[in-house]
Amino acid sequence: MTKWTEWDAPKERWLLTERERGGWPRSLLFELCTRIVFPTVLVMSVYLLLAGHNDAGGGFSGGLVAGLAFVLRYLAGGSAELAAVRALRPPVLIGSGMSIALITALVPVAFGAPILSTALWTVTLPIVGTFKIATSLFLDIGVYLLIVGVVLDLLRTLGTGIERGELEP
Amino acid sequence: MLVAIVAHFAVAAALPAIAKRWGRNAFYVAALIPAASLVFALNRLGGVLDGAAPQESLAWAPGIGLEISLRMDPLALLMIVLVSGVGALVLCYSARYAKPGGEGITRESVLLLVFAGAMLGLVLADDIFSLYLFWELTTVCSFLLVGGRGLTPAIRRSATQALLVTGFGGLTMLLGLILLATAAGTYRISEIIAHPPGGAVTSVAVVLVLVGALTKSAQVPFHPWLPAAMVAPTPVSAYLHAAAMVKAGVYLVARFAPGFSDLTAWWVPVVVLGLWTMLLGGLRALREHDLKRLLAFGTVSQLGFLMVLVGSGGFVTALAGATLILAHGLFKSALFLTVGVLDKATGTRDIRELSGIGRRWPVLTAFVVLAAASMAGFPPLLGFVGKETAFTAFGSGSARDTVVLVCLVLGSVLTFAYSLRFVIGGFGTPQGKAPIAATWPGQGLVVPMAIPATAGLVCAFAVPWLEPLLAGYADAYPGHDYHLALWHGFTVPLGLSALVVLGGYLVHRGVQRAGLPVVRWPKYADAQAGYRGAVRALDALARRVTGRLQVGSLPVYLGVILLTAIVVPGAGLLAGVATPGPLRLWDSPMQVPIAILVLVATATVLLARRRLTAVLLTGVIGYGIGALFLVDGGPDLALAQFLVESLTLVVFVFVLRRLPERFVQDDRPPGKRARWTKAVIAVAGGIFVAALAMIVSASRDGLPDVSREYIERAQPAAGASNVVNAIIVDFRAFDTVGEIAVLAVAATGAASLILGAHRARRRPEREETEEVTE
Repeated sequence: MTKWTEWDAPKERWLLTERERGGWPRSLLFELCTRIVFPTVLVMSVYLLLAGHNDAGGGFSGGLVAGLAFVLRYLAGGSAELAAVRALRPPVLIGSGMSIALITALVPVAFGAPILSTALWTVTLPIVGTFKIATSLFLDIGVYLLIVGVVLDLLRTLGTGIERGELEP
Repeated sequence: MLVAIVAHFAVAAALPAIAKRWGRNAFYVAALIPAASLVFALNRLGGVLDGAAPQESLAWAPGIGLEISLRMDPLALLMIVLVSGVGALVLCYSARYAKPGGEGITRESVLLLVFAGAMLGLVLADDIFSLYLFWELTTVCSFLLVGGRGLTPAIRRSATQALLVTGFGGLTMLLGLILLATAAGTYRISEIIAHPPGGAVTSVAVVLVLVGALTKSAQVPFHPWLPAAMVAPTPVSAYLHAAAMVKAGVYLVARFAPGFSDLTAWWVPVVVLGLWTMLLGGLRALREHDLKRLLAFGTVSQLGFLMVLVGSGGFVTALAGATLILAHGLFKSALFLTVGVLDKATGTRDIRELSGIGRRWPVLTAFVVLAAASMAGFPPLLGFVGKETAFTAFGSGSARDTVVLVCLVLGSVLTFAYSLRFVIGGFGTPQGKAPIAATWPGQGLVVPMAIPATAGLVCAFAVPWLEPLLAGYADAYPGHDYHLALWHGFTVPLGLSALVVLGGYLVHRGVQRAGLPVVRWPKYADAQAGYRGAVRALDALARRVTGRLQVGSLPVYLGVILLTAIVVPGAGLLAGVATPGPLRLWDSPMQVPIAILVLVATATVLLARRRLTAVLLTGVIGYGIGALFLVDGGPDLALAQFLVESLTLVVFVFVLRRLPERFVQDDRPPGKRARWTKAVIAVAGGIFVAALAMIVSASRDGLPDVSREYIERAQPAAGASNVVNAIIVDFRAFDTVGEIAVLAVAATGAASLILGAHRARRRPEREETEEVTE
C-alpha cells in the first residue's frame, strides 16, 4: 500500500529505453516512428498553411504543427536528433518570417493601395488546373516561418537547459 | 528658422567624420553653424522690430493638431544673440582648448553643436510641445557633457544630479504647460500669453511651470546642481552653465511674465526665491577659492537677480531684465573662458596658488577687468546700465518695491565684492608670494574670450542703437517713459551705485582680512542635504515597493493576478449587471461526455501530488475544451486550441524538470492558513470566471453587426471562404503583424535570457564543449 502522497508516482517505465553513452534515454521504437511520421507531419503543416484561406488552418496552425513535428523528433532523440535541421537557425527563421510579413504589408503601398490590402490572382497551371491565390497568403507564410522559428528557439534554449541539467553528474 | 535648427543636427551627425580627418579643428567647422544662424537671425532684425514676428510651422500630426511652430520675436532674437553668438565663440575656443588628438573631441563637438541646435529651437519654439522637446534635449546634452566619459564617481554624481533636478523640473513644467494650454484652448505660447486664462487652475499651472524654470536656472532650493556641474570642461561650463542653458529658466519666466505677472502665485515665488538666490549665491561665492566655483555661485546669484527682474512685470523692470540677460551672457562667458585660459596656462584655478598673472600678461588682464567690471556693475559698461535701470525700476517707494530694492542693493554689494575677489585673487600679486610659473596659452584661446569682454564695453556706448531690441521685449508692458543710457544725471540710482562700490570694496577687504564667518546652517536648511535625502527616500520607496510586489513566490503572484481579475472586472460586473438569461442544459448531446471528462480531470488535479500529474491533467482539460469548440462548430478555434495545448505541455515538461518533483515536501507540510487562503482565492476566481462566461454569453443576441459584415465581405474582399482566416490576414492584418512582432521580440528575449543564464552557469568550467548549445 503506497502512501497517499505517492499515489500518482509512476509505477514502472513507460517506454522501453536504453541509456546511450551520452546519458540520453533512447527508445528505438519511438525514434523510428517519429522519423517515419516526421515528413508527413511537415506536409500536413504546409497543407494547413495553404488550406487556411478556405478551410480550417492558416499560418499560425501550420507553423505550430511544423513546430510540433520538430518537438517530436527532439523528444525522441534529444538535440542530436535536431542536428538534421541545424541549417534552420531559429533567429534567422524568426527574422525572415517577420521580414516577409512586413514586406507583404508594405508592397501594396508601391501600387498606391493602403498597406496590407489584398489582391486576388487566378493562376492556371497545366495538369494542376486553375486556382486562386490571395496575396495575403504571403503574410500567412511569414507567420508560419516565425512560429516555426519560435518553437525551434524554445527547443534550443529550454531544451538545452534540461539536457545540460540532466547530463551533469 | 526650421532649416537653421535642422542644420545644427545635420552637421552634428557629420562631425565624427570631420573630426576623424581634421582632429580638433572640427570645432571650427561646428562653429560655422551657430555663426551662420546668428547672421541669419540678425538679417531679420528689421522685420522683428517692426512687430512682424516671422513664423514657421510644420504640422507633423495634423490629425490631432500637433505641429512644430516657431516664432522669432524680440525676446527670441535677444536669446539667439547669446545662444548662437556665444555658442560660436565657445566652439572656436574649444578648438584650441581640446588636446590635439584627444579622445573626447568627437563626442564633445557633436554634443555642443546638438546643444546649440536644441537651445536655438528652445528660444524659437512657439508651441508647448516643441518647447518641452527642446527643453529636455538641452537637459540630456547637459547630462552627457557634464558626465563626460564618467571616469570618477564625483563626475557621475554631479551629472546625475543635474539630470535628476532639471529633469524633474522639466516634467513638472510639462504638466503645468498642458494645464495652461487646456485652460487657454490653444497650444501656441504666443496665443496663451495674449489671452491668458484665469481661475484656480491657472494659478496651479503657473506654479508648476515655475518649478521647471527655477530648477533649470538653479534657484534656491534647487541650486546645488549648478556648482556641482563645474566638473565639466571649462568651455562646457561657459556655454551651458553660464550663457545658455541656465538662462532657459530665465527665458521661460521672461516669456510667460507678460501674461501672468499679476498673479500672486506667479510673482511671489519668483521674487522671493530670486532675491534669496541672489543673496545666497553672492555669499557662497565669497567663500570659494576655486575660481570656477566662485563664478558658478556668482552665476547662481546673477540668475536670481535676472529672475526678479524678468518675473515681476512692468516696462522698466523688463527693460532692465533684457539688458542684464545680454550683459550677463557676455561677461560671464568671458570670465569662464578666462578661467580656462588660466587653467591651461598654470594648471591651477585656486586663488591661494595663483600669483603674478596680471603683471605678466597685462592685455589679457585688461580684458578680464572689463568683464569683471561689467559683472560688478561698474561704469561705463553694459552691466552698469542694466543695474541702474533695475534700481530705477524698483524706486517707486512702495513697501514691496523698497524691500526688493534693498535686497537688490545688498546683492549688488556682494556681487561687487566677489568680482573684486575674482580679479585680485586670480590676477593680483599678493605680498611675499612668488609669481606662479605659466606658459602663454595662445591667441586661439584669448581672442574668443576678449570678444564678449569688449562687447560689454561697446554695447554700453551703443545703447541708443541697442535699445529698440531690448525695449521690443519690454513693450509687452504699458508705460514707455524710460530710456537706457550711461548717464542720467545725479539720480538716486547713481547714489545707490556709488554705495554698492563702497560697500563692495569694504566687504571684500573684510573677507580678505578675517574670512567670511562660517554659519552653521541647520540640516533642514541645507539644499544639498535636502537633495541627497530626497534621492535616498526615493530609493528606499522603490526598494520597499519592489520588495512587496516581487516576493519571488509563484503562489503569491498567481494570487495577486487572480484577485485583481476578480476585483476589477468583478466590481464592474456588480455595478452594471445583466442577469444571465435562461440556461440550457446542452446544445448537443456530445457536450455531455466531454464536460464530464473535463470535470473529472479538474477534480483530479486537486488530488495531484506531483507537478507532472497536474500538468498532464491540465492538458486533458485543455483538450476537452478543444473538443467542446469542435462540437460547437469552431474547427479553427479547436485546431488552434489542440496545437497550443500540445506545445504548452511540452514547454511545461521542459520547465518542470527544474522544479521539485512534488508540490509538497514531506518534511515541510503547508500551513493551514495558507491552504485556506489559496482555496478561497481559487474558488472565488473559478466562480467569477464562470459567472462572467454566463453573463457575457447571455448578453449577446444574434450576430453583432461587425461579424455579419465580416462574413459578408470575406469572399468578395479577401477571397477567403474561411472568415477567421480572412480576419487574421486581411481585415485585422495590422493586428496580426503587431502580434507576430511581439511574439518575435518575446521569443528572442526569453532565448537570450536563458542562453545568458546557461553561459553564466557554465563559465567556471571552461573545458566543456559548446557543441550542445548551438
